[in-house]
Amino acid sequence: MELLALTLLQVLNSIAGLALVSFGLAVIFGMMRVINLAHGEFIMLGGFATVFAHGMGVNIWIAMLVISPLAVGALGLVVERLIIRHLYGRMIDTMLATWGLSLLLIGLATTFFGNRVMGVSAPLGSFALGAYSVSWYEQVILIIVCLLYAAGYALLRFTRWGLMARATMQLPEMAASLGVARTRVFATTFTVGAALSGLAGGLLAPLAGVVPTMGAAYVAKAFITVITGGASVVVGSGISATLLSVVGTGATYLANPVIGDVALLAAAIVLLRLLPTGITGRIFKGYP
Amino acid sequence: MTLNRRTFLQSTAATLAFPVAARHAFAADPIKIAGILDQSGGLDIYGQPMLACLELAVDDLNAAGGLLGRPVQLVKYDPQSNVQYYTQFATEAAVKEKVAAVFGNTTSAAREAMRPLLRRYQTPYFSPALYEGGVCDRNAFLTGSTPAQTIERLMPYALQHSGKKVYVIAADYNYGQISADWIKKYTRSSGGEVIATEFFPLDVTDFGTTIKKIQAAKPDLVVTVLVGGNHMSFYRQWAAAGMLGKIPMASTCFGVGNEHKVLRPAECEGILTAYGYMQELKTPENADFLNRLSAKFGDKTPYVNEMAAATWYAAMHWANGVKAAKTTDRMAVIKALEAGSVVNGPGGKSTLDAATHHCRMDVHLGQVKGGAFDVIQSFPQQPPSDTAAVCDLIKRPNENRQYVITAN
Amino acid sequence: MMTTSTKWPCVAAIGVGLAAALLVPQMAETHTLLNATIYTSLAIYALSMALIWGYGGILCFGQAAFFGLGAYAYAVAGINFGDSTFALPAAVLVPALFAAVLGYFVFYGRLTDVYFSVITLTVTLILYKLANSTAGEAYRIGEARLGGFNGMPDTPPLNLPFDPAQPLTPAQGFAVTIAALVACYVLCKWILSTPYGRAIVAVRENEVRAELLGHDARFIKLTVFVIGAAIAGLSGMLFATSVFVSPTVFSLANAAQVLIWVVVGGIGTLVGPILACGLLQALSAYLGKIGFIDPAVMLGLVLIGSVLLAPKGLLPMACGGFTQAKRRLRNARSAGLERSHAS
Repeated sequence: MELLALTLLQVLNSIAGLALVSFGLAVIFGMMRVINLAHGEFIMLGGFATVFAHGMGVNIWIAMLVISPLAVGALGLVVERLIIRHLYGRMIDTMLATWGLSLLLIGLATTFFGNRVMGVSAPLGSFALGAYSVSWYEQVILIIVCLLYAAGYALLRFTRWGLMARATMQLPEMAASLGVARTRVFATTFTVGAALSGLAGGLLAPLAGVVPTMGAAYVAKAFITVITGGASVVVGSGISATLLSVVGTGATYLANPVIGDVALLAAAIVLLRLLPTGITGRIFKGYP
Repeated sequence: MTLNRRTFLQSTAATLAFPVAARHAFAADPIKIAGILDQSGGLDIYGQPMLACLELAVDDLNAAGGLLGRPVQLVKYDPQSNVQYYTQFATEAAVKEKVAAVFGNTTSAAREAMRPLLRRYQTPYFSPALYEGGVCDRNAFLTGSTPAQTIERLMPYALQHSGKKVYVIAADYNYGQISADWIKKYTRSSGGEVIATEFFPLDVTDFGTTIKKIQAAKPDLVVTVLVGGNHMSFYRQWAAAGMLGKIPMASTCFGVGNEHKVLRPAECEGILTAYGYMQELKTPENADFLNRLSAKFGDKTPYVNEMAAATWYAAMHWANGVKAAKTTDRMAVIKALEAGSVVNGPGGKSTLDAATHHCRMDVHLGQVKGGAFDVIQSFPQQPPSDTAAVCDLIKRPNENRQYVITAN
Repeated sequence: MMTTSTKWPCVAAIGVGLAAALLVPQMAETHTLLNATIYTSLAIYALSMALIWGYGGILCFGQAAFFGLGAYAYAVAGINFGDSTFALPAAVLVPALFAAVLGYFVFYGRLTDVYFSVITLTVTLILYKLANSTAGEAYRIGEARLGGFNGMPDTPPLNLPFDPAQPLTPAQGFAVTIAALVACYVLCKWILSTPYGRAIVAVRENEVRAELLGHDARFIKLTVFVIGAAIAGLSGMLFATSVFVSPTVFSLANAAQVLIWVVVGGIGTLVGPILACGLLQALSAYLGKIGFIDPAVMLGLVLIGSVLLAPKGLLPMACGGFTQAKRRLRNARSAGLERSHAS
């Protein structure tokens, strides 16, 4: 019985992890059709921001939840103004330019931060689930992710700002002729997406080592999750993160982590073959 | 004298030959050796201390008057943790610089890329990295520890202080696989049982599922063979789940990447390890070695682990061979080394074994305490019995391969 | 049928190749020769991408999969057969077959654009993970151990045809690699000059229109994809004999760098990516050696700059600049003549 609860908890934690790292990319892709391949590096910089802030004495929660998103969001704004702004509508070109940005950021991070793996200790402790010991912190991440997704959905569905954002996403010219400043919406969206990536990096810092090359481990999975999810930001990546994580975690439990990863990737391929425009291209179409 | 083609060629040849002839007259031109060690890229945490110790060895040799009356000069290459550059630099060192010996590699992949090349270009090769054992090549000498030397001492002690059921988690490549095999063998011979073995590719960072699986299996001891920055997350996640101290832990490679310096004590206290060298050893040779190192590098002095110390030992063994053979000529040096080479150094005595070209070394058992190793026990002159079981260069000197050793 | 625009570049290519194969071994030291061989094998990889993306419009994020399969297939076949002559077909056929299956899956499923890119990226990632996990003794194909993360031990070097005891010297290896590059280039040029080749470009330009004109776009894309995979496999084999076969051939970095070469060299030319490959490789190695700037910083800046400033690639931009300068000169001259006539 406890083992079942433990397994269930593990599945939920995996879903939360994948959903967390995919959210920033989903916002940017869903809203602007920009594939930001520097997403992994935004996560990495968020991690470093937390490590340095904590090292300077800032409370770990403030470092993770406030400093990381702000720092990386600011960087996102700069990137958008300098690079992305010129490439709207050119999806392939944005992929390439952001890939170049990712190399640049990795190189700069290596130059300034070195190759040492850094980290912070996970706050809170553990609790007992029967005979088993479970980390509190992982459950906190689960709660934060749920809140994030709920807030995102509410924002897009129920607020005026969300309405303008969705209008710009669907028909930019029409929205512009109705008075919505397209450039401002795009700049804000990219900044928010970057901030979310930074938040993910900050939250992951206690669990994974922070090193300039850590982004590579996340960008591929996030990319695949978002594309499989389709155009809807919250619903799409939420569903695909759930489906892919369940397959991946199940395979890991039954076999080993390699098979787990391969199963996750294979599941994505199958989903894309069946639903070529992503899950929310067909199901739940039009939801935010 | 009419300038015809023949005289022109003759005089030109004579002019060109002069510098060479002149060079032989000055006997103090240096003996060049090459150090090919990662100073950048992800593997630089291993390569930087190794290069520092190699530089110290060259200083030590030159301070004693050099070799054969000539100074020793180190040519450095940085392969940037990229195997492709290892092959390029090895070729350059052997063919262009014509060095007397090549020292280096951090990973087994790099070693196996360089070894056949250096054999083809007839340059002696010294590999100081601890690894999975099995290299059988007369042109290569290995001064790092192999599983039989360290695990044979680690497992009995660990099992004595924990229990009989062992859970193994290992990096998914040759070193991890073969070490896991040896762990199984020595666990069985100590009366224990490995209840599960799991392998993780080197880029895995999420160990959540594994930690819960381990808890479900309820072992008495967890043995880790985890390598690299990504795998360090395991220790963090283990501690976050509150498991540190609940189940004892041992490792065959924790600390080689300075993990105990990066992680907090709350994340790694109590882990058992065994190596041919630990910086915390309290011997006069080690104190002197560390003094020389800090005198040379000041506040850039790196923390020294087994791989770095083994690089120093490798240079000293090579020097022994050159001194005994009275030349840097390859076959003469190899034969001199096979006749016997002993180096007394910071980790104890290292004796080159002629049949395997590996070293018998003193192995030390340690436990992580407060970010450093607390040395518990030392075992003198552990033989490389795993490689010895498959490799005999005395009987079969033309062997040239790495055996995959199975422990049984 | 060769038009002039096809014939002269091919002749030039053969000429340059012959000259390089004969002269470079004389002039360069052994390790420079080995480096040149490696760069040339990667240039073939760039050529394959130039064909399928530049001319076929197929943005494949996972070309590294075919490169890697060629390398592994060669090593496995070479170890099992003991003779590299039989390994060569394996290096070309295995990736081609894989591409045929994958291509059928995606092109006949009408997957386009970014979704196709994701699938190809995913495939190369899967291969990377699988190759990395083959470290145990049990993982072997015939006599060849796969070796996992450390790569395949004992990758055999190329030998003289049907004569396993005679490995090729560095000079011969270089000549063979150059010959392969020239042959692939001529092949691509020839394909593009045929009606089939024009259909390829038509499909790239406007798939619907091409279909309305009677071409089966799915089949055309599939065949281009397979040819590109075969060329990439060949380059993988040549890379394996010069360096090493390890899972890094499937890595994200390897998949990325070929895209960078094509973007910088020019989408729509064959020569551009080849030159860009050599240039960027040399630049990376040089930067790594002097240690002043991290090579990734340089590569990143080059890629961003190329996309923003020279979206058609640096070579076309340079050529365009050249023709523009010529035109300006001609205009200035004729204007000067008119003025002198008028006065």
